[in-house]
Amino acid sequence: MVEKRLPDFREIEEEAGKNKVVITVVGKDRIGIIAAITSCLAEHGVNIEDITQKILGEYFTMILVGDISRCTVNIGELREKLAQKGEEIGVAVYLQHAQIFRAMHRI
Amino acid sequence: MLFERAEILETLRMLELENLDVRTVTLGINILDCRGETFSATIKGVTEKIRHLASPLRTTVEEVSTKYGIPIVNCRVAVSPVALLLTGKEGEEVVELALQLDRLSRELGIDFIGGFSALVHKGFTPGDRLLIDSLPLVLSETERICGSVNVASSRSGINVDAILRMGEVITETARRTASRDGVGCAKLVVFANAPEDNPFMAGAFHGPGEADAAINVGVSGPGVVKEMIRRHPEANLGELAEIVKRTAFKITRVGELIGREVAEKIGVSFGIVDLSLAPTPKVGDSVAEVIEAMGVEKCGGWGSTLALALLTDACKKGGSMASSFVGGLSGAFIPVSEDASMDESVRVGALSLEKLEAMTSVSSVGLDMIAIPGDTPQEVISCIIGDEVAIGVINHKTVGVRLIPVPGKKAGEKASFGGLLGEATIINVNPYQGGQFIRRGGRIPAPITSLRN
Repeated sequence: MVEKRLPDFREIEEEAGKNKVVITVVGKDRIGIIAAITSCLAEHGVNIEDITQKILGEYFTMILVGDISRCTVNIGELREKLAQKGEEIGVAVYLQHAQIFRAMHRI
Repeated sequence: MLFERAEILETLRMLELENLDVRTVTLGINILDCRGETFSATIKGVTEKIRHLASPLRTTVEEVSTKYGIPIVNCRVAVSPVALLLTGKEGEEVVELALQLDRLSRELGIDFIGGFSALVHKGFTPGDRLLIDSLPLVLSETERICGSVNVASSRSGINVDAILRMGEVITETARRTASRDGVGCAKLVVFANAPEDNPFMAGAFHGPGEADAAINVGVSGPGVVKEMIRRHPEANLGELAEIVKRTAFKITRVGELIGREVAEKIGVSFGIVDLSLAPTPKVGDSVAEVIEAMGVEKCGGWGSTLALALLTDACKKGGSMASSFVGGLSGAFIPVSEDASMDESVRVGALSLEKLEAMTSVSSVGLDMIAIPGDTPQEVISCIIGDEVAIGVINHKTVGVRLIPVPGKKAGEKASFGGLLGEATIINVNPYQGGQFIRRGGRIPAPITSLRN
């Protein structure tokens, strides 16, 4: 007999989502964007769990999902550090808590 | 990836470009258990209770705002209608309470305290009379205190004596704040069917049917809705309703998330989300622009009432799906001074007081933040209130009236109230009066609920 049981990924995801952030980087493409952003994240103890990026014409967008459970600064400070780093290399960096996307886009 | 790229970019666009914000987190507090032996003991009790419950509000709201990267524009407190605390013998001490709370709000970083209110839809107690008598002084001597008076309800009818009295109170309040274009009146709403859990000012109070304390949240987002509509120029009106509904759903979910988290953090129950589209004077944050994006040349032009009806209903549908507890005013606000494009419509003559009245029959509030000439007779003000209240009572909906007679200024001139209250072109008032009619006074019976036509 095979036991009919499916893991409840939704619950697992929801629990894990409490410490997730979504980082979006938008700007003109150039060399070193990913390196700059990811090193800034590593410096503050953010573990990167997912990255996708796309280049449309000369525009670059990158979306990262990070885990902030071991982050060394609070979320407001992290947002500021990333924005600063973005300014240095000429891209806009936004950081949002994953719960916002869950609230807006999942029923 | 947990979310799709398009979803992430859409949320980002709403926050960064389209002014999505939470307009207010309002903490409702019951103060009816604060009565003391003397009124000064009562004042002390009320102050202590508010200080105890509301002192973590500002820091908590800021913390949650930073966590989610969503601006929360105001944090406010609503107390039980103060008239319920009064016996009518307190005299000037009522003003002392207002001054005390005004100081407290500054101390705690609270933008407004609402609840200098009386519920007189069927008649006055001596306490109600005292509260209403003290409103002109309270509103002119304080900065952050808001008042409201419920003069009618669909269940008990219309208290015309109260409407007459409010005409006097509004005139007197404007006179006392004449140097600032009558701004005292911007903090006073006359209601029919006032909701007990409304988080928006000036009409917020903590109703007698509420728990000891509750967090109510007012969301915003006309800019988001406008951009959604603008991106679908070919959509027919059925499709447009669907687009607005989906957008309202998303906006409301943000409000619910924020409200629940603030409530949990400060340890009070979560009340409701008020899913009103509330404009600010900022360009792009306007309900008039939503109506214009739908295709009406200027808000107030023909088609505006239909457009507003579609908008309000779709917001309510999307919002009530998004939150378990929806309340307050919930719909679309059409204040004039707080919405730059609304004011522009008045300025060019597209929007009249009569059209505003018609539009309020399908929106969620009433005649809101409308500057009228300073020499408008008080009976005319009472008649305008009476006309508006009739729409609310007969149609079983909430309406509020917030009129500002601007002392020394005439129709077409500009009045400026500052900050979120914005500025307004003074609107023309029909010179033909119903003074003799309204002066009859008395009470109009509650309307029948069958034979609906």
